[in-house]
Amino acid sequence: MLGLDKKDLRLFIIVVAISMLAPFILNPFPEGSAMAQFNAGYPDLMQRFVIFGILAIGFNILFGLTGYLSFGHAAFLGVGSYGAIWMMKLVSLNVIPAIIMAVIVAGIFALMVGYVSLRRSGIYFSILTLAFAQMSYALAYSVLTPITGGETGLQIKPADRPILSNLQDGEIGRANLFGMDMRSSYEMEIGSWLFTFNAGYYIAAVVMILAFYLSIRIFRSPFGTMLRAVKSNQTRMYYTGLNARPYTLAAFVISGMYAGLAGGLLVAMDTQVGPERMFWTASGEVVLMTILGGAGTLIGPVLGAGFIKYMENIISKINKATLESWFAFMPDGLEDLIITLVYPFVGKGWHLTLGLLFMLVVIFLPGGLVEGGQRIKGLFSRKKAEDKKPEAGQSTPAE
Amino acid sequence: MEAIILQILNGLDKGSAYALIALGLTLIFGTLGVVNFAHGALFMIGAFCAVTLSRLFTLSHEVPVPGEVDFLGNPKMENIPYIYDILGEATGATIIDWAVPLSILFAIPVMMLIGVIMERGLIKHFYNRPHADQILVTFGLAIVLQEVIKYFYGANPIPTPAPDAFRGSFDFGAALGFDPNLIIYPYWRIIYFAFAAVIIGAVFAFLQFTTFGMVVRAGMADRETVQLLGINIDKRFTIMFGLAAAVAGLAGVMYTPINSPNYHMGMDFLVLSFVVVVVGGMGSLPGAVLAGFLLGILESFASMGAVLEVLPGLNQIIIYLVAIIILLTRPRGLMGRKGVMED
Repeated sequence: MLGLDKKDLRLFIIVVAISMLAPFILNPFPEGSAMAQFNAGYPDLMQRFVIFGILAIGFNILFGLTGYLSFGHAAFLGVGSYGAIWMMKLVSLNVIPAIIMAVIVAGIFALMVGYVSLRRSGIYFSILTLAFAQMSYALAYSVLTPITGGETGLQIKPADRPILSNLQDGEIGRANLFGMDMRSSYEMEIGSWLFTFNAGYYIAAVVMILAFYLSIRIFRSPFGTMLRAVKSNQTRMYYTGLNARPYTLAAFVISGMYAGLAGGLLVAMDTQVGPERMFWTASGEVVLMTILGGAGTLIGPVLGAGFIKYMENIISKINKATLESWFAFMPDGLEDLIITLVYPFVGKGWHLTLGLLFMLVVIFLPGGLVEGGQRIKGLFSRKKAEDKKPEAGQSTPAE
Repeated sequence: MEAIILQILNGLDKGSAYALIALGLTLIFGTLGVVNFAHGALFMIGAFCAVTLSRLFTLSHEVPVPGEVDFLGNPKMENIPYIYDILGEATGATIIDWAVPLSILFAIPVMMLIGVIMERGLIKHFYNRPHADQILVTFGLAIVLQEVIKYFYGANPIPTPAPDAFRGSFDFGAALGFDPNLIIYPYWRIIYFAFAAVIIGAVFAFLQFTTFGMVVRAGMADRETVQLLGINIDKRFTIMFGLAAAVAGLAGVMYTPINSPNYHMGMDFLVLSFVVVVVGGMGSLPGAVLAGFLLGILESFASMGAVLEVLPGLNQIIIYLVAIIILLTRPRGLMGRKGVMED
């Protein structure tokens, strides 16, 4: 069905089901209970799950398949975002043209960067992409201020009158899809549970599902096989008379367009952009997501993106008072000791947890969460060898 | 003419920092073949060695001031650093004043130790892993080190002044025969440049003129053969890692009076230093130093008012621009060796 084999179809259906039922799944704890802060089922966070999922899926097409480690992927996200917001400011508040614009702009930019960067491989490629991203960041921050809004970035302002929208005087434009406001939500209360169904989330989720489907097709296509060949042995590819460059460039551009798509969606959800979106730490974050989930696997990047965004939101919200309420049952001395030990890792210190986790994953689980899952599965099933999915190989970059 | 000299001078101190970090990076790369993304964090830790030492010196206790009372009638209290009690007030004050230069002595063993622990504890396990894994694990380590420092020292920059003797500026113009007050250069930056030159010279001399250095160079050229000759090259490379960490740390210590250290200074320098290493040529020590100074000076030229009028924003991107051009025209960098990180 859909041109997928049985295993991929199963995975795809699971992803569709999870993303459609996310408002339920991510809200397992009743409202007002002590665990309610672990709920992730609010629109803002759910949107980020799927949007960064798209970004990571795109990054994975480049890194997971060809092994080229781009350290400047956030630049495409940022460029796409700027494209989208200008579309909204000038042409239409409908999100579809904005997103299309974002993909086109990011694609063109990726073509230019890729054309130059792909002349080199290995660490030189990483440094070149990093250099391009940092250049875009620096320019967006300083000289290009008339286009990018500099440090303050761009927002939709009351004075903006897009051509294709009929705004009242003084009305601030809002992103919509044929009149449906991105922020409109339907809230459902069942007992003490509160579920929020947000228009923006569902639009982003549908886009994510499409992007995911496309990535499965790319992974299973002859083109995908060619990209894997680039990763495993470029020299041998040359000897068989194939030029690797067009394939890697295509992968790079596709991956950049995915990033642009994510950037466009970010703007559609929350109509603002700032240059910090292109900073190299943002590029590092994409790499983190992909590796954490499992580079080269289909589902890994989505898992990684969700995991990191969840950590970022939930762990950074825990404060001292929360910790005190958790460990209140312990004797005083022990409670203080545990709180002192745990406190540096939560709240503002979540980056520390992230860094540690990341190191642990790279050291012990180079295949990421997916490999972890398979190992656990392997413990419980006797037929270890047969259960291993072929795509779950460890990532090795091109040298 | 004055403007050109001024810009060259201005570029020297940043260039020195780039050169020192890049030297350590390329030393690690050349010996161990590891791409160390945590090197910026080592620079930052070095800077915080200086902060720690100056805090240790100024640890103080309260003593009543004889004969004076505050407005409530209680005896007036004054903070007296412990060091005054131990060494007397005059010596104590001098030591506090000279905290930054004294930190060099403190930072060398600390940084060596951190470097050796890092290599033995983590990097060792990554020799045979792909470069991407090395980049990623050291990137994770850099985040961790940065956050640890942030936890203990806070997120704000901590001013760490230079000794009184080196505050103020030197009128370079007058010394060269130009009008006075045209080329003014802070003393500390001269010190920094001289210091960097000494360190770089020392590292080169160490590699060139000692038996240890000779073995290390041999190991860089052909590790396997050196091992076959019965030399424990791993141990020497570990020491070299410690040395590279110490070089980065010293660069950080001496940089504190120029820029107040904060927890993310390492990351800011790291990206640029990486570009410097790549421009200089992976694994080439003279290349790293040359590229460091070159890019530092170019950056300072690009930030001249006259240049910015023609090409606004050039100062922000010049280093990356140069890197892109050099990588595309001279794929091995300025002085890259054949066979290192080839495709």
